[in-house]
Amino acid sequence: MSATARTAAPQGGARQAMSDGLIVMQRNLTRVPRIPELAIFAIVQSIMFVFLFAFVFGGAIPLPGYPDPNAYREYLMPGIFVQTIAFAAATTAIGMCEDINKGIVDRFRSLPMARSAVLTGRTSADVVYQSGILVVLMLTGLLVGWGVHTSIPEFLAGVILLLVFAFCMSWIGVWLGTSVPTVEVAQQVSFIVIFPITFVSNVFVPLQSLPDWLQPIAEWNPISTLTASLRTLWGNPNPFPGSSLASTEPILVTLVWFAIILGVFAPLGVRRYRTMSR
Amino acid sequence: MNAISAEGLVKVYRSRKSEVRALDGVDLEVPEGTILGLLGPNGAGKTTTVRILATLLRPDAGRATVAGFDVVKQAQELRRVIGLSGQYAAVDENLTGRENLVMFGRLYQLRKEEARHRASALLEQFELTDAASRVVKTYSGGMRRRLDLASALIGRPRLLFLDEPTTGLDPRSRLGMWDVIRTLVREGTTLLLTTQYLEEADELADTIAVVDHGKIIARGTADQLKADVGGARVEVIVHSRDDIGRAREVLARDLDGECTLDEHTRKLTIPAHGGAQALAQVVRDLDEAGIAIDDIGLRRPTLDDVFLSLTGHVAEEPIDDDSAPDTGGKAA
Repeated sequence: MSATARTAAPQGGARQAMSDGLIVMQRNLTRVPRIPELAIFAIVQSIMFVFLFAFVFGGAIPLPGYPDPNAYREYLMPGIFVQTIAFAAATTAIGMCEDINKGIVDRFRSLPMARSAVLTGRTSADVVYQSGILVVLMLTGLLVGWGVHTSIPEFLAGVILLLVFAFCMSWIGVWLGTSVPTVEVAQQVSFIVIFPITFVSNVFVPLQSLPDWLQPIAEWNPISTLTASLRTLWGNPNPFPGSSLASTEPILVTLVWFAIILGVFAPLGVRRYRTMSR
Repeated sequence: MNAISAEGLVKVYRSRKSEVRALDGVDLEVPEGTILGLLGPNGAGKTTTVRILATLLRPDAGRATVAGFDVVKQAQELRRVIGLSGQYAAVDENLTGRENLVMFGRLYQLRKEEARHRASALLEQFELTDAASRVVKTYSGGMRRRLDLASALIGRPRLLFLDEPTTGLDPRSRLGMWDVIRTLVREGTTLLLTTQYLEEADELADTIAVVDHGKIIARGTADQLKADVGGARVEVIVHSRDDIGRAREVLARDLDGECTLDEHTRKLTIPAHGGAQALAQVVRDLDEAGIAIDDIGLRRPTLDDVFLSLTGHVAEEPIDDDSAPDTGGKAA
């Protein structure tokens, strides 16, 4: 018996990790149109929020410095994108948990494939999936009067921020999905956590309308800094006269947030996955 | 050379409240090209043993080599030469049969073309060609198991683990599965099979290891195990309750050994070392004594008897459960 390294294939471990990750990603994407309910539900939920806030509550939420009633819709849409992408954590957690409980992960773990591929394949597929949802939402946004008023590079920079955010949230989902016993729990936990976080932010209301003690929390919330970044990049209204770094340099703070989320949750998720059934 | 050898495997599952010794020192040896049947009731430790040997679980103590590779230190090399199929190593129900096989083949590091060829050949072999482009969700239980087994074979493993391959299948699908398994072994694959069906171990395995409470309590061929329990016995069911006493006297005169009585069914059982000769003698003597009988026969011990005498309890026949392939998971 030849004694090769135990961690990966002889030679090209990284190459195998890449190709195995792509195979798993392809598998996850093949499943999307076969379970259309998932994507439809995600899109309907977001569109419901668009209509609820654009046409029901929006009129009652004044934007300081923007008397035009249309301004609120321009204000709203970047926040809706961020809120929707935040749910990437739920999508990943549910998918991960289902694969574990149905035994697919055990099958993968018994194969001579790169150990990382199940997680990289999952998170990368979920980023692709979220970008599809994003396209539908942007078209909806255009219909209700949202638009990008800057340049194509700035538009693309915003999109990239959103996709990196999806990747970060997806790693939170990996950790969550490997930690909870059932898909139902994964779903409940992610909804209970993500909804309040997106509400205590600048997504739906300007920060100055919040009580004083809550303002700094909402201001430093990564949901807020990302939303503020998008509004800045795309020339959408963003009325908050804050003087903290989170308000003056939202893009920088957002990137730091991304690094923190990935730095914490990717290792946590990988560790949980490795020690599963040990 | 032994395809599988394990020494003193221990696995303890700890939770806040309790500690379960799922495996309590399991030793195993499976020569290359043979079938070992791991027989035991639910929760005996069969699945835990397979999960350790297939690198899904680390033992808390003991060591094991499979195909010459250490299950802990050389897990990745080992995965190249084994196939795993059973209750928990599932297929993706939202992919088609062919998509599943090609994916698993590629993850076995086969080239794309080779994976496609292998997939087609296996679909053909397992009579799934017609269903190849349907999603697995639409498959029957038997088809799903066949696809599962095909998935385990895609990388041409030298060694195959089948964890309860027929649990939850209807009798016809079970017979079909047995045929498939026999064919595999004829081709020289070494196989470790777990089952809670005594009949299945009897039909398929070369050697049987009986597991109970995380320990192997007996091993041998089906015939050896049966012989350990004792040879054949004569069973007589007398027609009238009043004749039980007299029938007993006849049996005691013709045969040695302890005669047991089941009052309810009026059945008398006594060891019959003389086999058919002894049976003929008993029939004549009962007739002469004018005792009417409903039934008489020479019965060989079954694995049921083996199990009963080894463990003191009857092997439970599992309740057939369609959801069986979905159970298991992280905690199993």
